Amino acid sequence: MAQHQVNYASSAGLPIALTSVDKLVNWGRSNSLWPLTYGLACCAIEMMASGASRYDFDRMGTIFRASPRQADVMILAGTLSKKHSEFARRLYDQMTEPKWVISMGSCANTGGMFNTYATVQGVDRIIPVDIYLPGCAPRPETLQYAMMMLQKKIRRESADMKKNTKQDLTTQTGRRARLI
Amino acid sequence: MRKYVPKDNVQKKAYYTDRFHVVPSVPREKVEEGSHFADVVKTMGTDAKESYVQIGQLVLHISPEDNFKVMKTLKEKCGYTQCSEQSAVDYLAKDNEFELFWQLLNVNEAKRVRVVCRLANGAAIESIEPLFKSANFAEREMFDMFGIKVNNHPFLKRILMPDDWEGHPLLKTYPLHGDEFASWYEVDKIFGKEYRDIIGPENRDPGKVDIEDTKRFSRVGYEVPFGADYNADEEVAVEYSETALVNYNKKASKQLDERR
Repeated sequence: MAQHQVNYASSAGLPIALTSVDKLVNWGRSNSLWPLTYGLACCAIEMMASGASRYDFDRMGTIFRASPRQADVMILAGTLSKKHSEFARRLYDQMTEPKWVISMGSCANTGGMFNTYATVQGVDRIIPVDIYLPGCAPRPETLQYAMMMLQKKIRRESADMKKNTKQDLTTQTGRRARLI
Repeated sequence: MRKYVPKDNVQKKAYYTDRFHVVPSVPREKVEEGSHFADVVKTMGTDAKESYVQIGQLVLHISPEDNFKVMKTLKEKCGYTQCSEQSAVDYLAKDNEFELFWQLLNVNEAKRVRVVCRLANGAAIESIEPLFKSANFAEREMFDMFGIKVNNHPFLKRILMPDDWEGHPLLKTYPLHGDEFASWYEVDKIFGKEYRDIIGPENRDPGKVDIEDTKRFSRVGYEVPFGADYNADEEVAVEYSETALVNYNKKASKQLDERR
């Protein structure tokens, strides 16, 4: 973490480490990513396996929280039906900043095999997504990799969340709007 | 003699026709004398307009206004204490009516009966919820999926689709990808109708790759920063990179045509 070599003997004996606020804040954010306990379909089974002892999310500081107020990450694990989309968006809105979203599995990414009237064709229609995780269903290792990619992404970001742009909910014609 | 078909436009026609296709039908057997089903038919009397056995199950055709009476007789006199399934089939295009069916089970005899009736489009059916509690949800589903009204139902409300949904999805006229209301449902509900332009129509092709969208897609050999504007003129093949994806396979594995 320290950006500069510190000679403790010559710095009045003080244990000083120099770094930037961004690095320090992002170190804290990326190593205590608390996802929301929120499963939609079969991908949620893989998400539960990731959290259980064999794959052990806890060692990465990833601890599932039962309340959106305490959560940092929303893992959309499974098919999002149109009836439920309103509630998914409400849970996302209830999460406090900073917040990130992982879209887990084909159904959450694009609607997947459910090319029907009742399924949301990609959760990025209603929620800005940070990481798209392919697979049907993705294995727990893959979800862990997605979580590590998200950590990597967070470490690149600014500590000031206003400077970080969320994914635009972009139209196919190129018109853009920020819906955060 | 075979019907004459003009042959001047044969090339434009689909070469496959299903003229030899025979729709499979389940054979209908007569109700055997002295069997359990014969007793059931006898108890029904004139209520059963038609009765036969299909794959070991008795099928009773009734008129739609008799359904409560028939179910009551079946439950109290014939021992059919369970209604395992109830729904409808859309025959609106063919006959402008629905076929409603109830699947009943007699646990003591290990026998099943299917009660079938034809209900005109727009007509309502009497609820059998006082007899079978399982019919409560089944009738709500039938109402949700087909729009068939059920009289005297304790709580007739949509069960699968949202309460503010328009249309009945199991009708044959309902498109699989949904009508306009369905395709904009989540956008209208969450953001409002004015956001339709911003969010755009649904992408129904899950294999779609948009090369101009540098936020969601990356391409081998053309790596740009996240969210950069796409410019076709700047598209330069990357020779070597430690971080980006590079297509190192310059040669095609097989030269099929030597002249190229």
